Amino acid sequence: MGILEIKNVGKRFGGLQALGDVNLSVAENTVHAIIGPNGAGKSTLLNCLVGKLIPDTGSVTFQGQSLLGRSPHEINQMGVSRVFQTPEIFADLTVFENVMIPCFAHRDGSFKLNGISAIRGQNDIKEMAEAILMDVNMIDKRDMTASSMSRGDKRRLEMAMCLVQEPKLLLLDEPTAGMARADTNNTIDLLKEIKEKRDITMAIIEHDMHVVFSMAERITVLAQGTPLVEDTPENIKGHPKVREAYLGEAQV
Amino acid sequence: MLGLEKKDTSLLIIVAILTMCAPFILNPFPTGSAMAQFNAGYPDLMQRFVIFGIFAIGFNILFGLTGYLSFGHAAFLGVGSYSAVWMFKLLGYNILPGIVLSVITSGVFALLIGYISLRRSGIYFSILTLAFAQMSFALAYSVLTPLTNGETGLQVYNSDPQYFHSDALPNIPHLFGQEMQSTFKLELGAWSFDFNTGYYICALIMLVMFYLAIRIFRSPFGLMLKAIKTNQTRLNYTGLNPRPYTLAAFVISGMYAGLAGGLMASMDPLAGAERMQWTASGEVVLMTILGGAGTLIGPVLGAGFIKYFENIFSKINDTVLHQWFAFLPDGMEDFLIVIIHPFVGKGWHLTLGLLFMAIVIFLPGGLVEGGQKIAQKFRGSKAKDDTTATDSTPAE
Repeated sequence: MGILEIKNVGKRFGGLQALGDVNLSVAENTVHAIIGPNGAGKSTLLNCLVGKLIPDTGSVTFQGQSLLGRSPHEINQMGVSRVFQTPEIFADLTVFENVMIPCFAHRDGSFKLNGISAIRGQNDIKEMAEAILMDVNMIDKRDMTASSMSRGDKRRLEMAMCLVQEPKLLLLDEPTAGMARADTNNTIDLLKEIKEKRDITMAIIEHDMHVVFSMAERITVLAQGTPLVEDTPENIKGHPKVREAYLGEAQV
Repeated sequence: MLGLEKKDTSLLIIVAILTMCAPFILNPFPTGSAMAQFNAGYPDLMQRFVIFGIFAIGFNILFGLTGYLSFGHAAFLGVGSYSAVWMFKLLGYNILPGIVLSVITSGVFALLIGYISLRRSGIYFSILTLAFAQMSFALAYSVLTPLTNGETGLQVYNSDPQYFHSDALPNIPHLFGQEMQSTFKLELGAWSFDFNTGYYICALIMLVMFYLAIRIFRSPFGLMLKAIKTNQTRLNYTGLNPRPYTLAAFVISGMYAGLAGGLMASMDPLAGAERMQWTASGEVVLMTILGGAGTLIGPVLGAGFIKYFENIFSKINDTVLHQWFAFLPDGMEDFLIVIIHPFVGKGWHLTLGLLFMAIVIFLPGGLVEGGQKIAQKFRGSKAKDDTTATDSTPAE
């Protein structure tokens, strides 16, 4: 029984069957990659996990609890964090404020009316935020406005914001999309480092095979809304079905 | 001091000094001089400065922090005024119960409207609030006449019960016997300065409200509101529910508006429905943007600026212009007056509109940004970093 169990999930947009009948199990403390050509349903699947979309059929359970019908903030509070394709950060705020917000969410839950006490008096929050910034090597950038940083740094900040909540499952939606090679490698190193330091499960959606094969322990190949194969990276590499899904048209 | 950072404390002290010395500052010209019409230090106008200051400070908590643009805040102002006048009618002219009730009713009202309107964001939210405010305005004129006295406006009559009124108490709004209208005139040579009880009570309340706003800006709650403005998606995926945060901000700013309405009625015990009209809602939006949305001091500056224009600029008529340009040859004089005429007197809205456009285009951060730019010029580039620290997220 994995930490995340997806059973018979289907999702239809009008006439388009985005997800057919997806069964997927993500084992605890592994890095699980979901790959597939454009339009395979990867992002739809992810959106079904975080509460942005509600699947038409099937069930999604996280640590034995159903995720269906819960809103994104409830799912996050259960221990599922998400990294977006383009880093979603609080662009107008400083790096330090960016990290403090998830610290508050972690300590106080999804809503607390705390309108009088000053932020600078919240020593535990400040320590938490400082610790995570040290962790991702961004402490020297703490007073910078988030929007003024490079894309790589924004990604790093977004990861820090997710990690400070100590999630059990981290969902990554193409974390290296549009990055230069050097930035991609930095991100891979960062993810590996994160994985080494904590008990965390990662589910990665990715196009870049370099990223997938350098990180993933299990790979699921998705095509036209259904999983084709699930296997270890070594076996996936030479799998005929995978080649067909990715290179099918070229071979014809 | 008072749990504030040094920078905020000094800002609060500056505002306190300015409001306390306002009768001097606003009356810089001798009474008899030609410039005396630019004096703004008479009680009525000074009261309006601080009351609209409170209104704008409250509005800024919603609009400046969360970015939710409400076009219906005048409804809360009106509700506050009506509540206060009702207290005068039922209990007597002491302003305290009136002010307390106006804050409570506008809070309840804001909770109701906010709960519904905040289901949408952006332009849809603005339209919903506008619709609610116009609805309240129309209702006050028609169906709710027993409560609002329709077009005549709600006022106190001799036949009203006024249970706590006694002959020893003044027959106009007062605070434990201190009349709101009583003014002490100080004559210093050619100058005269008015010290009005009502103004000082409003000013003290404004200072408390300003202090409260600073606390909210610097609190975790304030940080969440700023986060809502920047990126609601991330906030959602950070495990925070934006809805109660925005609702709380909406109710707080509604209560500020209600307080302003209550104070307005306390200075002049009459409440009319036109106070709820959309133009009044638009005015507070202008004040906040003009002064600098999202900044602490901006809304107060904006409120003062607009009220000064409304009351002083509108008084410059052709006779005054003729006096000013009397030294010019006749043809020139008439020519200049023809050009200036549309911009002053009844045309003050035109000048205000042009100024507003200029500010929004060249200084999106409002008057505060203008002040910062000037300060930067003076201090040179070395102090570049800490000028942004007045915490401005420019208006969008």
